[in-house]
Amino acid sequence: MGLIDIFKRKKIEGVDDTMYLTLREERRISKENNKIIRKFEREKNRKNVPEEEYLTQMRDPSNVVEFEDLHTYFFTDVGTVKSVNGVSFDIPQGKIVGVVGESGCGKSVTSLSLMQLVQAPQGQIVKGSIRYQDSNGKCYEITKMPKDKMLKIRGKDIAMIFQEPMTSLNPVFKIGEQMDEVVLLHVEGSTPESAKARSIEMLKLVGIAMPEKVYNSYPHELSGGMRQRVMIAMALSCDPRLIIADEPTTALDVTIQAQILELLRDVKNRINGSIMLITHDLGVIAEMADYVVVMYAGRIIEKGTVREIFHDPKHPYTIGLMRSKPTGETRDNRLYSIKGQVPNPINMPDHCYFYNRCDKAMNVCSRDYPDMVDFSSTHCAACHLYYGEGLQEQNKGKE
Amino acid sequence: MWKYFLRRIALSLLILLGVSALIYLLSMLMPADYIDNQTYAALQSGAMTKEDVQRLKELYGLADKSFKGIVKSYLSWLKSTMSGDLGFSFLYGKPVTKVLSEYIWISFLIAFISYILQIIIGIPMGIKASVNQYSAYDYIVSVFAMMGTALPSFFLSALLMNVFAIKLGILPLQGLTTATKLFPPDAHFQILLDKAWHLVLPISVLTLLGVGGTMKFTRTNMLEVLNSDYIRTARAKGLSEHEVTYKHAFRNTMIPLVTSLSGMLPGLFGGAMITETVFAIPGIGYMALRATQQGDIPFIMGYNMFLSILTVLGMLISDIMYMVVDPRVKLS
Repeated sequence: MGLIDIFKRKKIEGVDDTMYLTLREERRISKENNKIIRKFEREKNRKNVPEEEYLTQMRDPSNVVEFEDLHTYFFTDVGTVKSVNGVSFDIPQGKIVGVVGESGCGKSVTSLSLMQLVQAPQGQIVKGSIRYQDSNGKCYEITKMPKDKMLKIRGKDIAMIFQEPMTSLNPVFKIGEQMDEVVLLHVEGSTPESAKARSIEMLKLVGIAMPEKVYNSYPHELSGGMRQRVMIAMALSCDPRLIIADEPTTALDVTIQAQILELLRDVKNRINGSIMLITHDLGVIAEMADYVVVMYAGRIIEKGTVREIFHDPKHPYTIGLMRSKPTGETRDNRLYSIKGQVPNPINMPDHCYFYNRCDKAMNVCSRDYPDMVDFSSTHCAACHLYYGEGLQEQNKGKE
Repeated sequence: MWKYFLRRIALSLLILLGVSALIYLLSMLMPADYIDNQTYAALQSGAMTKEDVQRLKELYGLADKSFKGIVKSYLSWLKSTMSGDLGFSFLYGKPVTKVLSEYIWISFLIAFISYILQIIIGIPMGIKASVNQYSAYDYIVSVFAMMGTALPSFFLSALLMNVFAIKLGILPLQGLTTATKLFPPDAHFQILLDKAWHLVLPISVLTLLGVGGTMKFTRTNMLEVLNSDYIRTARAKGLSEHEVTYKHAFRNTMIPLVTSLSGMLPGLFGGAMITETVFAIPGIGYMALRATQQGDIPFIMGYNMFLSILTVLGMLISDIMYMVVDPRVKLS
């Protein structure tokens, strides 16, 4: 008897143990996870996949990347975390798309999915598609692309700049070695000399005063701003079509931030590429982006042009975000903060994820997840306030 | 940098002094000293009297066991050690330095071969296990590594001896030469081969015991490195997984690995006391164990000082290697 009791959940008075798992539940989860992970990994590790399987057509040929209904899940020991849960948006050629949201809302995972860099084996793209169009007009389905083919796109056509310049460079190799590596890898017929010339040219391009000296330095000998410049230089060295900048200025101090953003915009125009700018800083978005995507708990809740989002935000969360940025206008106004917390990512509710924090919450909000409502050809938001039952309820309140 | 080394060496001398005083005190306080051990039988049978024993003790300098007496004899030991004379071993009847230099090499040979084997087996296994974390390979290798680390050396030795020497009879049981075989004096190669044959089991034991630690150490460090941001950067550049692992990740894993492994180098001269004793190999560990059991104070002191110097040297080498492999480290 005693032995069996170990596996039973015991109720302790006054303790909320719904977060805890019994041994049996834990074992069930890990068994299911293993099964799912193995299925996806086997699919990914196939060799000699015919090209037809991952060639596709863009919805709009002027886009570089299209996300459609992307689902990226993490199969953890305590349950499935739906980090990206049905995300669709486009990155047009030559434009800057800003992705905003608070920490853990899935913005980085979205970009990592595009690079096929989601932490495997726990993290897997479960559903949906990411289409990428290269300079010859060929379209690839990234989610179905074999690993070895992806290596040709990564770093060459799609380059990435990370949040932490302090830790994103390998501490034991010189800057030069790390930069040359990309050129040698992706530019055909490049020699060590040509790679060095290219790297130094890139270092000059990002405004480094003594490129030769930096070329021969180790990362720890440079400041944070310098390292971020090096990261940008490295990302640029193969003329990418898309740069993913994952919070490129978060770790830098304010004076450097502006310089780095200026630099990013400058190089974007020079190479005529697109930028996917991930940030939680609305100031950066207003400054840089053409289009804005607002994410909350793994879903897009509003998207539109930067003008639409800033002048006419629709979703209560976006409105809250706008209100919580410091303006410096009034002295006695405390900084606004959205009350409450993001729901537990493992057991997401069926209703709107923002329901418990929303100051406009209605009955219908606790029943189903809202559909996307279009306000213009570019602007849409997922909120009950603007359609059907919710709209009626809203109007009734006004009368 | 030179200043750093001078300071380290001065500190090491201080440590050695403390260690020597402590070991001397402890070995003098052992309940039965060398003379007691040697004369026990004669005393029982009446061949010697208590006075004879006492006279012998005085002759060996073991008579005065008061604190003052110990300090006095320690100081005289220290004085002769300073001049490079470690004294005369009671048990082996030779100068301690000569015993050390005679028996060190076989111990070093065994330890060095198993050290190399540990590295060439343990590190690739650790890397592979870390790259395939939570795979069947990872679990199997980790379990065997844990077993190897957890098994006592005498038990593993006995196990292997039983299987390979007694049951299967394909490897010799003990010793360094086959006593029943007579080799012509000019058959050097055959003698060498015979010796090598005898060393297979002891080297296997030491390797099995050590390889788990190396493997685990590599795996842990590799996992840490593989999760770092610069590995993500390397992947984002489009490098193949092979290059990411063996160039970017392993170069960083090498920092702790090289420092700890190079620190072990001097220790290889120290001998493997238990393994050598179980296999009756006349190495320095075996000699030291016998000397310790018999209370041979000059040899105990000499051997332990030798070990302390090796340890101090190991730490110093570790520091130097740290500076060599990690560009961020400057000793000052």
